[in-house]
Amino acid sequence: MSQHTDMTSDTATSSHADTVILTRDLCWQWPGQAARLRFPDITLPPGEHLFIRGASGTGKSTLLSLLSGMNRSMTGTLTVHGQELTQLSGGARDRLRADRIGVIFQQFNLVPYLDTLGNVLLPCHLSAHRRHQAGDSPPAAARRLLAALGLPEECLGRKPARLSTGQQQRVAAARALIGSPDLILADEPTSALDTLNRDRFVRLLLDQAANSGSSVVFVSHDPALAGHFERHLELTPTMGDQP
Amino acid sequence: MRPSVAFFLAGASLWHRRRVLALVTLTLTLSVTLLLGVQYLRTEVRQTFNSTVSGTDLIIGARSGELNLLLYSIFHIGNATNNIRWSTFQKLEEDSRIDWLVPLSLGDSYRGYRVVGTDERFLNHYQYGDDRDLALDRGRWFDDVFEVVLGAEVARAMDHAIADEVVLSHGGGRTSFLDHDRHPFTVSGILAPTGTPVDRGVYVSLQGLEAIHVGWESGVPSPGRTLPAGKAREVELTPTHITAALAGIERQILTFQVQRHINQMDTEPLSAILPGVALSQLWQVLGQFESVLLGITVFVVLTSLAGLITVLLTLQSHRHQEIAVLRANGATPLLIAALYLMECSGLALLSAVLATLLWYAGLGMLAPWLLSEWGLAISLRPPTGIEWLMLASVPIAGLLVGMLPAVRAWRLGNRPSGWGAARDMTG
Repeated sequence: MSQHTDMTSDTATSSHADTVILTRDLCWQWPGQAARLRFPDITLPPGEHLFIRGASGTGKSTLLSLLSGMNRSMTGTLTVHGQELTQLSGGARDRLRADRIGVIFQQFNLVPYLDTLGNVLLPCHLSAHRRHQAGDSPPAAARRLLAALGLPEECLGRKPARLSTGQQQRVAAARALIGSPDLILADEPTSALDTLNRDRFVRLLLDQAANSGSSVVFVSHDPALAGHFERHLELTPTMGDQP
Repeated sequence: MRPSVAFFLAGASLWHRRRVLALVTLTLTLSVTLLLGVQYLRTEVRQTFNSTVSGTDLIIGARSGELNLLLYSIFHIGNATNNIRWSTFQKLEEDSRIDWLVPLSLGDSYRGYRVVGTDERFLNHYQYGDDRDLALDRGRWFDDVFEVVLGAEVARAMDHAIADEVVLSHGGGRTSFLDHDRHPFTVSGILAPTGTPVDRGVYVSLQGLEAIHVGWESGVPSPGRTLPAGKAREVELTPTHITAALAGIERQILTFQVQRHINQMDTEPLSAILPGVALSQLWQVLGQFESVLLGITVFVVLTSLAGLITVLLTLQSHRHQEIAVLRANGATPLLIAALYLMECSGLALLSAVLATLLWYAGLGMLAPWLLSEWGLAISLRPPTGIEWLMLASVPIAGLLVGMLPAVRAWRLGNRPSGWGAARDMTG
């Protein structure tokens, strides 16, 4: 979308210009725990969507926490948008997440004291880059996204407590999409929805992500959703290395 | 991250939790109001006390200690050790250095209130506060031997009006077995409230006191020797003694000279004191308890702050979802810590502002009532330096108290943590 901003970072790290995510030998160990998770290598080109399937306990959420920069792996390499996360400080990882990554959780996605519009605009408050990307009027962009995701107009001023689960997830999707981040991380966002709504939600999310050129990493235990994605990855429990 | 984001989020968060927080804010507001009130009243009481009598340069009485003379002449507490001869008083009146003299004759009472024998000079020269003159609320100053002027509190407490009859009692106690019931006095006037012991005085003429004591030379009425009310006006009623006198000096610079002159008089052993000096000495004795009161109030505020931190820490354990969402959207641990700091100090600031408004609104409404009903003169004035300092210390204390959840949030934010809100991040 905005060639200017992207170009500066792309030229700086030309070797990774063609990937949003690149991981090699990524491992994670919780402090004080013996079990070590080892993740398969990932290469995700810009604009492409990846479906990661795995049963509970296979480290789906942990992988996302590493990809988002919330946690830092000490082994292996993890490059997001050309930046090596294992080398970045906490502040720099927070910066990268604010500027380049949209996040959708399984549930409890919204800040309870902000209304729908306030929640969608949150990334624009926390990142000048996202605000800039959202165009002249971020609120107008937010309304556009919410309308495209099928959220009724009257929900705009409501607090999360007065929205249904499906509506909350759409607000979360709009928030992840606003300002066209390079990467959207979705952690089972459809697990609380029925089949019909689930498929519609995934379709809407992927269509809007395609519009803004964002890559999507979608994590779920539900193989029925795999059909929406061109790339797939399976996490298996056996991948946990026992030292 | 811009500071405005933190302000915006902290404001929205406080507003969202307003029901719970309103209660802690109320507690804190009330305790800060108490703190401000105690300090304000401390200043006021001290001010009122030190200006119980003003414009008077010397108080003259029989030789005794400074405090004793001040206590019985101005505060109506305790008794004189001796009297002043009327002839001595007359000699002082002739002293050209003395501008004016007010005679005071004490000894009788009316239902626990001291009876002060004096004359019109008391009304004209007694001043209090910032050189404020006495004024009559109703009626006029006494004219006749058996007329009486009541202090504001006496009139209020005894529910007296003009033309009521009062019977004085012999001696100073609240209950007396010897009433001057043959000589009832008529209320001719009632003084306006002053907030000083003047309000608790009953004022009659020196002649009136003389008249009711004819035949009482032994301390009790001697049968057949007392004077019937009708005849009192016909006989010579010059007093032989008075208890004390207030004096105004023509030129202030001569005050010490006159004081020394009176203290060293050959004819009669007298004491002359400077009321301002004696008042501040007395305050040093009385002022101890108010410091204790202030100390207690400071603890009340600290207790309220402890309540605030308890509520905020309890709320914090319910906020991990919200914090996870903010962190996932790029909020730094510093922003999260700043949120807690701002919320805590914001509430404390709000409490300080509300407490100030509450105090002044309450004082504005109650001050006229306090003066008329209780004789408490509390002026409406801006806070003093110390009071501003106390008010400012509340948000600062809030900021310090807010460090607790803030540091906790900051440390949690920098620790490997779960992803999203599904896991408990409260640690």
